[in-house]
Amino acid sequence: MKKTIEMKRRTFLVGAAAAGGGLALGLDLPFGAKVAQASAQGGPEVTAWVVIKPDDTVVIRIARSEMGQGTLTGLAQLVAEELECDWSKVTTEYPTPGQSVARKRVWGDFSTGGSRGIRESHEYVRKGGAAARTMLIQAAAGEWKVPVSECSAANSVITHAPSGRKTSYGKVAEAAAKLQPPADVPLKDPKDWKIAGKGVKRLDTVEKTNGKMIYGMDVVLPGMLNAAVKDCPVFGGKVKSFDAAKVSGMKGVKKVVKVDDSSVAVVADTWWHAKTALDALPIVWDEGPNAKVSSATIADYLKEGLDAEKAFVANKTGDSKAAIAGAAKKVEAVYAYPFQNHACMEPMNATVLYTADKCEVWTGTQNGEGAFAAAVQASELPAAKVDVHKIMLGGGFGRRGRSDYVIQAVKLAKQMPGTPIKMIWSREEDMLHGTYHPITQARMVGGLDDKGNLVGLHMRISGQSILASALPSRMGPDGRDPVTFQGLNPAGEFAFGYAIPNLTIDHAMRNTHVPPGFWRGVNVNQNCIYVECFMDELALAAGQDALAFRQKLMAKHPKNLAVLNAVAEKIGWGKPAPAGVHRGLAHFMAFGSYVAGAAEISVAKDGKEVKVHRIVGATDCGHAVNPAQIDRQVAGSFVYGLSALFMQECTVKDGRIVEQNFDTYDSMRIAQMPKVESIIMPSGGFWGGVGEPTICVAAPAVLNAYAAATGKRIRSFPLKNHGIALV
Amino acid sequence: MVELKVNGRAYQVDVEPETPLLWALRENVGLTGTKYGCGVAQCGACTVHVDGQPVRSCSLQVGDAVGKQITTIEGLAAGATMHKVQKAWIEHDVPQCGFCQSGMIMAAVALLKEKPKPTDADIDAAITNICRCGTFQQVRAAIHDAAKA
Ligand code: FES
Ligand code: FES
Repeated sequence: MKKTIEMKRRTFLVGAAAAGGGLALGLDLPFGAKVAQASAQGGPEVTAWVVIKPDDTVVIRIARSEMGQGTLTGLAQLVAEELECDWSKVTTEYPTPGQSVARKRVWGDFSTGGSRGIRESHEYVRKGGAAARTMLIQAAAGEWKVPVSECSAANSVITHAPSGRKTSYGKVAEAAAKLQPPADVPLKDPKDWKIAGKGVKRLDTVEKTNGKMIYGMDVVLPGMLNAAVKDCPVFGGKVKSFDAAKVSGMKGVKKVVKVDDSSVAVVADTWWHAKTALDALPIVWDEGPNAKVSSATIADYLKEGLDAEKAFVANKTGDSKAAIAGAAKKVEAVYAYPFQNHACMEPMNATVLYTADKCEVWTGTQNGEGAFAAAVQASELPAAKVDVHKIMLGGGFGRRGRSDYVIQAVKLAKQMPGTPIKMIWSREEDMLHGTYHPITQARMVGGLDDKGNLVGLHMRISGQSILASALPSRMGPDGRDPVTFQGLNPAGEFAFGYAIPNLTIDHAMRNTHVPPGFWRGVNVNQNCIYVECFMDELALAAGQDALAFRQKLMAKHPKNLAVLNAVAEKIGWGKPAPAGVHRGLAHFMAFGSYVAGAAEISVAKDGKEVKVHRIVGATDCGHAVNPAQIDRQVAGSFVYGLSALFMQECTVKDGRIVEQNFDTYDSMRIAQMPKVESIIMPSGGFWGGVGEPTICVAAPAVLNAYAAATGKRIRSFPLKNHGIALV
Repeated sequence: MVELKVNGRAYQVDVEPETPLLWALRENVGLTGTKYGCGVAQCGACTVHVDGQPVRSCSLQVGDAVGKQITTIEGLAAGATMHKVQKAWIEHDVPQCGFCQSGMIMAAVALLKEKPKPTDADIDAAITNICRCGTFQQVRAAIHDAAKA
């Protein structure tokens, strides 16, 4: 009765030619070494990115991970655009990181985070498509014995105009695969795009509507057992002891396993049996030195950082201290932002088959190569004996960029060699062992002159660094964390959008024992609230309109200004709002894109109920590969951001996270959904991200509207802590 | 051994009667389209129909489903013909990650059975599923379209 899903095993013959292909890590030859080989789906590989079957089906290889954001479709559009193939015949497949390593990283970076999926790989995937087209044309010309220059390709058909002869990609793919790829290929001007830049339908929708899509949690292998796992609820704690005898006789239980220093698992025939036994298993924890930490002690620690002498300075112009001291009016406010869990719809999981000479992992990961490296390390096998098969992700949002759950599953499977083990975290385990949106506070101090001009601003962030915990090697030489300053830098893809004559933005790092991680939008979320709410506070103190006050400071930031003006116009800023409706604005730059939002809300029950009617979101992401998907990313990110603003906080008590499921960590429902209107205004010349940037403007736009509606400025989150509900 | 009637077929499954229907469907019957998201009747990812009513299968014991008609996402289509809700979902490109969508679709189908022409307020009241990707705008549009089909 149990259905075994046959996982696609892609066997590649890595020939000697691969070694001579000149494929350094720089990826200057993106279309890959010439290796005569077939895709698992049948048909020759023309370039590393393109396989064409005799029936003209085009299989496009995708190295980045699809987690809902549409990257799979977007990348396929870019390859198909240059390939000049028939879009209706396109399918995709994921190469594995192990295959990539064996072929000198022919597919480049697999990691999918920081809204980089498309913007960092568009050039080499497009070249992969263009090279394949060139080779297919060359193969046809060779067959017809005519000059290449007389042949052209469109819609998977190659035509020799002078003779009128035609052939299809599928017919010449075999011959094309034997040709040497061109040294370089010109790419199309985006204004000539026919497939890319269009809102084509996603390639993965049908299986997501009939229950057939296989997620990590759905993997079934022959002879597989299931595991439920518990890690010490206090971060940094350890397993002291557990009483396996108490549960080993329970139904279906096969083994109770100490996975590592801090976690214990029960392995059983079904996951339900494993979980039931795990819940009954007496475990004694050595909770370690963090068992006394609470939200209150963490808040005090951060508060102290607001006044600390020492801080990393990221953005400095003039003398903000003197300017504020000499200002006609001083405005000051302290904001605080909580820990939050990603709460991906699908809890973390991984399936591992470990034998003495092979370790295979099936998992949803945002970082195929990271998961691969983790599996190599945890299995203690050589890289050539390890591989990771990427499975569809039930949400990522940054959480699945970390491979902690892969390491755990490998260590577990290693203790039961020869038996595939599917390890699934319960929702509770997922909530207790996240990599949390980092906790920070900010003191904002501004000085206005007698005309209401902003003459000085000091923004002091106190709080946690993601990199110090997640990627210490990426920290600055002086120990700073550049990620903390997203949206606040003098230049770059996270640049501050205002010119203020005297400005200081600095960070007093205060790390906690709660592990932080990249959470959709990352530090941009906190920073945009701090900056954009405080801008409204300053405008109010100056007696000026919130839009006009900002515009005066944005002359040197025309792209920021353009998106801000676009949302202001669409929301009807300056024009009367419907009765009882109030408006708020915000803008920012993040992940290389310029974004702005404007909200219309109304309040009831003395400000305790908020209805968000509309949010207009504008993005200038340079190039828009699939506007329909960008529109969905804007709306979806607002759901993620507003859920966080109103409902979500991971509090700490006795060293552990308190909220363990959606009953205490709520998420927006359809009744609370505002009408989202996106404005996609790519201005060209650069490639900005899409999945994350816009999320940050929803919260401050709503908060500014809330202040307009009630006269109350809320400065700590989530809003549920103030008794304010989204309705 | 209990007998479960799923998508018109009878299955003999070796589970204790207090096993949540969700896990019996996923692990014993082998239908993985129904998803686990919370286990505590909060998220709706596990929604199936029991005798035509939408039910959060993580919180219904197998024993209470015996003798009843259970429909999962896999049983929605009539042979090769997709249900009109599935068609509308495809037309509107609703799913992002898709993990919540089996439950979302099952909830929508149940709503349309109850109210063939639902208003926005009907949708708000009936669709209480969580979607972390935030597909609600497309969900609403697709339900209205399916109602017209
Ligand atoms: S898994 Fe049943 S409601 Fe969430
Ligand atoms: S589509 Fe991802 S949770 Fe709904």
